[in-house]
Amino acid sequence: MVTVTINGKLVRAKEGEMLLAVLRREKIDIPALCHHEAVEPYGACRLCMVEITRKEWDGWKNMVTSCLYPVADGLIIQTHTTDLIELRKTILDLYLARCPNTPEIQDLAAQYGVMQTSYEQVADPNDCILCGLCTRICDRMGFSAISAVNRGHGREIAPPLKNAPPDCVGCLACALNCPTNYIKYTDIGHTREIWGRKFELLRDAKTGQLTITKEFAEYLSKHRVIPQDYFDLNDESHRKETALSLGKIAIWSREVPQ
Amino acid sequence: MKIVSPKQLEQLAAEYKKTADRHKKMVIVCCGTGCLANGAQKIVDAFAECLSRRKVKDFTVEAVKKTGCHGFCEQGPLVVIEPQGTFYTKVKPKDIETIIEKSIENDEVIEKFLFTNPKDGRKIEKYPDVPFFSHQHRIALRNLGKIAPFDIREYIAVDGYKALAKVLTTMTPDQVIDEITKSELRGRGGGGFSAGKKWRTCRNVPSDVHYVICNGDEGDPGAFMDRSIMEGDPHSVLEGMMICAFAVGAKQGYIYVRDEYPLAVIHLQKAIADCEEHGLLGDKILGADFSFSIRIARGAGAFVCGESSALMRSVAGEVGEPRAKYIHSVIKGLYDQPTVLNNVETFVNVPVIINHGADWFRKIGVPKNSGTKVFSLVGKVRNTGLIEVAMGTTMREIIYDIGGGIIDGRPFKGVQTGGPSGGCLPESKLDLPVDFDSLTEAGSMMGSGGMIVMDDKTCMVDVARYFLQFLVSESCGKCVPCREGLYQLHKLTIKICEGNGTEVDIEKMEKLSQQIVVGSLCGLGKSGPNPLLSTIKYYRDEYLAHIRDKKCPAGVCRNLITYRVIPELCTGCLACITACAYHAITGQKKEPHVINQDLCEKCGACVAVCKHDAIEVS
Repeated sequence: MVTVTINGKLVRAKEGEMLLAVLRREKIDIPALCHHEAVEPYGACRLCMVEITRKEWDGWKNMVTSCLYPVADGLIIQTHTTDLIELRKTILDLYLARCPNTPEIQDLAAQYGVMQTSYEQVADPNDCILCGLCTRICDRMGFSAISAVNRGHGREIAPPLKNAPPDCVGCLACALNCPTNYIKYTDIGHTREIWGRKFELLRDAKTGQLTITKEFAEYLSKHRVIPQDYFDLNDESHRKETALSLGKIAIWSREVPQ
Repeated sequence: MKIVSPKQLEQLAAEYKKTADRHKKMVIVCCGTGCLANGAQKIVDAFAECLSRRKVKDFTVEAVKKTGCHGFCEQGPLVVIEPQGTFYTKVKPKDIETIIEKSIENDEVIEKFLFTNPKDGRKIEKYPDVPFFSHQHRIALRNLGKIAPFDIREYIAVDGYKALAKVLTTMTPDQVIDEITKSELRGRGGGGFSAGKKWRTCRNVPSDVHYVICNGDEGDPGAFMDRSIMEGDPHSVLEGMMICAFAVGAKQGYIYVRDEYPLAVIHLQKAIADCEEHGLLGDKILGADFSFSIRIARGAGAFVCGESSALMRSVAGEVGEPRAKYIHSVIKGLYDQPTVLNNVETFVNVPVIINHGADWFRKIGVPKNSGTKVFSLVGKVRNTGLIEVAMGTTMREIIYDIGGGIIDGRPFKGVQTGGPSGGCLPESKLDLPVDFDSLTEAGSMMGSGGMIVMDDKTCMVDVARYFLQFLVSESCGKCVPCREGLYQLHKLTIKICEGNGTEVDIEKMEKLSQQIVVGSLCGLGKSGPNPLLSTIKYYRDEYLAHIRDKKCPAGVCRNLITYRVIPELCTGCLACITACAYHAITGQKKEPHVINQDLCEKCGACVAVCKHDAIEVS
């Protein structure tokens, strides 16, 4: 265990754990749009930046992304200095220029007093904030069906060559974890469509409820050693537990509409 | 043939030296990319063809040597007649017959191929007397234009791999690192971090695997330093990497080269294959207990892959995106193992330091900035090309002595150093010594060594716009400040260039720039606003002229300029009328022409064709 000072308060933390986890545990309100406990920290949104210093640094300070900064003994952390608030304001202002109609961004920006962007709005705005959660979660699930394509301002999330992704199994890990509901899918009858690809949904043998896609079930029984008959049952608590133990991926907060 | 001991290497070197000296006369044809584009291969072919037809005393086709880049690409194709050192520029295949007849058979100098000094119009005969070369101090470029890059024998003949042999036989890894640290060699890729310190940190990380990577992903617009070295002297790069590998305990090395450098890839591949054949790469190198192999990783041309962490991801086959470096790549780099990543030029300096000693190296340059630096001098200077000067040389010496001053004697306006991440420096900074610290202090940076000279016809707002445009399209797009921030900066510069800017925009840009510098994930974003900030700092008047007076003083920004025919100078030759694609110019033969401003698209085609300077831009 190590001791750090956060906004003047002494706090104990595990050595090497990321600073953001400590801040969250201490109930300090730090915005972070690209962070998810199921995947490796990414450092793309830059909203979780904090100011750090040490006694021996002689007044020299550094701004770091707390989601990526490993805690070490003696760190002195400030989370809401004027500079940091200004930085977060600027970042949210820039976000608003890209995603002017996205409620999640509007709310967060409003918290920081940014009601409208002061920059030029992009011509054809959408809700994607390019946090990369979907691609990282897809990687972690073991599919890598989608990825960030293009560079710079033209970056977007897409399947290979923007065709129906051959590696996708329709598990919805990307869509359900998209913080702005940008990734769309439809479940019509026995068919699920996502990323332009159609999947067949399985049905619970007893209740007749729809469960997961055939491809996902096949993948799980083959690679995660889950018996095929597991998928014949739609036992909600069992399913959730198994999904979480498989790498804490699926947070089934928003359920698939039946 | 495998070389099994340092002694055998020494014998070979002596033998190859003799072979190299057996030609009484030699012809060196520069076959760097610039000269090849100008037709150097045709020159070599013409020599072969000519010599197959006629017999020349003491001269065969073997004495025609293809070397790497001489640096003076502008004057290519270059041909040097040795041992006299006669220097011929802009040679054409049809001239070869004459050159063989006069210069080789009769030792005559052909006046018309000699280089004309643009300063005084005098012809210069000998290679070392050309001011472009005489003011240089060549260490990293020592073998360029002297040896054939694809022949390992030539490299061994100029004491190649002698430093490696010295290191393997007489030094311990710690001694090597001490020597490099003592030499104060700083990373030539732009960061300027002490190479010795980097190696020491890497060596001290306990791990079974260490890696050495050479960064040859040179993506700055207008820069070709690393390219020329990799093409013209690949063995020096390999030797530097081997010494580094020995020092840090690495067994595997990678050279990351842009795929846009096909010649560099070919030459490096050949060099690696030759080394493997000669036992200089592989197991038990020179019979010592040291094994090392090198592989080439080809980059797909992303500028951001020059950034260390993005480069390492790219080598590992992932998407080239930077990561936060709170844990340095020296400790956790390629495949999460301790990794030394140095620039091509840094590695090339290593064998020289080992051979001549750290004290010798430290005497060159200025304190804390020892050695030399290679620059690609381009833009509006008379002599463009690849140059190497001692650190601390002033900008004025580089631009006026080596570069020969500004084209057409126009006034100097600024120089952009350090590529898109660097800044523009004005005339008042001409006497600034060029070294890592001075440039950073002045608001620019060394970078990898691009140097773009600008005259009074360059609009600084437009320059900032150009570099921002480059960075917007080359940013990886991972983090918000760089992706969105630079995009907005670019939009604001466009607004000013179009004459719609306000003074508030300057403030807004400055403020946003500060946040981008603080907030970005990697060096690309952190230094991205540099071109903008430095131009605002030194050329604020020009920004204000665009905003307040709606004028572009340099006559570049289309929305803010008008083209007008000066009736007194116009002879009515119809040339501009023919050239104008928009039919905006009207007039009769031998009568002054008129430009219709509503139709004029301000493309400048009329100015280019007017022989009487009768079209003014205001």
